[in-house]
Amino acid sequence: MKHLLGIRQLEREEIEAILRQAEAFKEVLERPIKKVPTLRGKTVVNLFFEPSTRTKLSFEMAAKRLSADTVSISKSMSSIEKGEDLIDTVKNIKAMKTDCFVIRHPATGAAHMIARYTGCPVINAGDGINEHPTQALLDCFTIKEHFGGFKGLRIAILGDIFHSRVAHSDIMALKKLGAECVVAGPGTMLPPHIEVLGAKVEYSVKKAVKGADCIICLRIQRERQGGIPLFPSVREYANFFGLYPEVLEFAKEQAVIMHPGPINRGVELDPQLADSSRSLILDQVTAGVAVRMAVLMMLLSARETL
Amino acid sequence: MLTVFLTNCRIIDPYNHKDEIGSIYIKDGKIEGVGPDVPEPEQCPKLDLKGKWVSPGLIDIHCHLREPGEEYKETIDTGTMSAVAGGFTTICPMPNTKPPNDCAAITRFILDRARAVDRARVLPIAAITKGQKGEEITEFGDLISNGAVAFSDDGVPVKRANVMRLALEYSLNFDCVIISHSEELELAGNGVINEGKMSILLGLRGIPNAAEDIFVYRDIRLAETTNGRLHIAHVSTKEAVKIIREAKERGVKVTCETAPHYFSLTEDAVDGYNTLAKMNPPLRTEEDRLAIIEGLKDGTIDCIATDHAPHSILEKECEFERAANGIIGLETALPLGIELVRNGQLSPLKLISLFTKGPSMVLNLDFKGFKVGEIADLVIIDPEREFTVTPESLYSRSHNTPFLGRQLKGRAIATVYHGKCSFDLDGMLSSCERRS
Repeated sequence: MKHLLGIRQLEREEIEAILRQAEAFKEVLERPIKKVPTLRGKTVVNLFFEPSTRTKLSFEMAAKRLSADTVSISKSMSSIEKGEDLIDTVKNIKAMKTDCFVIRHPATGAAHMIARYTGCPVINAGDGINEHPTQALLDCFTIKEHFGGFKGLRIAILGDIFHSRVAHSDIMALKKLGAECVVAGPGTMLPPHIEVLGAKVEYSVKKAVKGADCIICLRIQRERQGGIPLFPSVREYANFFGLYPEVLEFAKEQAVIMHPGPINRGVELDPQLADSSRSLILDQVTAGVAVRMAVLMMLLSARETL
Repeated sequence: MLTVFLTNCRIIDPYNHKDEIGSIYIKDGKIEGVGPDVPEPEQCPKLDLKGKWVSPGLIDIHCHLREPGEEYKETIDTGTMSAVAGGFTTICPMPNTKPPNDCAAITRFILDRARAVDRARVLPIAAITKGQKGEEITEFGDLISNGAVAFSDDGVPVKRANVMRLALEYSLNFDCVIISHSEELELAGNGVINEGKMSILLGLRGIPNAAEDIFVYRDIRLAETTNGRLHIAHVSTKEAVKIIREAKERGVKVTCETAPHYFSLTEDAVDGYNTLAKMNPPLRTEEDRLAIIEGLKDGTIDCIATDHAPHSILEKECEFERAANGIIGLETALPLGIELVRNGQLSPLKLISLFTKGPSMVLNLDFKGFKVGEIADLVIIDPEREFTVTPESLYSRSHNTPFLGRQLKGRAIATVYHGKCSFDLDGMLSSCERRS
């Protein structure tokens, strides 16, 4: 593994190795001094061409916990705004002796392209509607911590599957690890051929949730829809595709709820359920730092061992 | 002018339904004799072409030469060089230049440049609508008088059905063909590759087959209504082939073309965000590819066109979604076609017909094939010649092809246009020209 571009490129063994490493780092995060010297002297550049608070902060914190130096560049402060192309921008930053790029970009494949043009590791922090591999890894980490493994688990993913890079990465990762994945949402948000990734499609949310161990709700991303609205109203969405107590009843008694955040409370997820004991949403956030530490460490300091 | 006695060659002449071993005697650029029994003339350079094919010059009904406007991608000079290197002596550039070829002045400019280069016949296709905006039809009469041979808004569809209807109705006055770029734009949306397995695996927005099929049916229905002659460009889907086949059976005046990439590649070629395989319509599935080959075999598809679309590195080395559509094709079309012959899917005569008589009939060109007294216009093909596609091996100014690095078998080794040698890979004809 030279880069982390997507779950598609990872073998099951590689995913398991990352999750094992993340376990060790989660323990570090519990210590009074939450820092190890693993990446001292390394520089991680966060290139965020789309607005992001959580993911960007999570990556920055992960790098800092490993004692790496971090630099963050957003689209508004980059020369991309002046018309320079992405390859040139990255080549210039690389020439300043960067050790790793973390990139979020609205264009699918942008991280792959940077990986082709730079010699240093690239981590995809979300590209277009394609993949968000570290989010999937942290989701898997959270599920593994809660259930102890993946075999026999039924995971339902609800909402805008079409525009969700989280859903795409989650389906591939969970499938590789042995869980069953079912997706549901408005027909307009279920992309044709999604079964290629290994997910079962249900048009009824209740059917999808039936017997589920874990339900991952996705955020409605109105900013990605453009043009004609993909569902008639928020009210109708909440009524037919949101996760509310009466829908959750169809799931297993001990089923848990996850969400990549930020939540549209009262739309895709009932506000009380989001804060209930069945919610693993804040565990996901903690896991995010540990998983990203693991990925950074494995790409930057132990590349030869993978 | 060329004087040479080509002997022992396989003469493939679809215009005269001939596929036979024989000789062709060219004197001062004109055909003096053709067939199995042509006596060898005295004091004439002789070339033994055992194992080689000789066919009338190939015709490409659909290419882009980028001049005027984007000469950094291709010019009429480099484009015609690429054409003759691929065996084409006649090429039809599409009107989406900058400015578009929507008036006689641009048509004349293209023809003047082509005449100055004098390497291949350039027959410009003019725009259906002014500025290719899909609003008002162009001056068909004036454009034809000045050398345009057909009309197309290639690159964009004529969105409004009533404008397409007007074009087909008005074309009846000039007996010209209207070429449809069949794409339902709203359905294609922001799609950049085929909607299917690869769009899911790569996380790219897909273009469904229906975006092509719906438009093909719309334009066929309009051709049926108006009795105009319609030609469908770059057919890529199984359903489009079926719709065209049924329309032909009903007697609609419809013809169509496909491009070599649609019978050689599938959507898998874009894996790894390979912008060199990005095109519109996009590469489809294996099922579509096989349907295209079936369409070529049974005559539903009338001709193979290259859709040669040169782009510079600037338009291809970037994010996939931003990358330009299109690949170059003039120099790889023939070897990719010969692959169909090698696979037993087409006979050599059928393949050459798709490259010569087929396009000639679509455009109503007055080509007769090999006839005594006609000026020589031919290509010598070595079906066994292997070569690797590299930037250095290409004559086009651009190198945007997904076949880079691929070893192909079969190619044009010499091309004769208007009685003169315009391409000579091994230098075998040039010496004959000097001695004449």
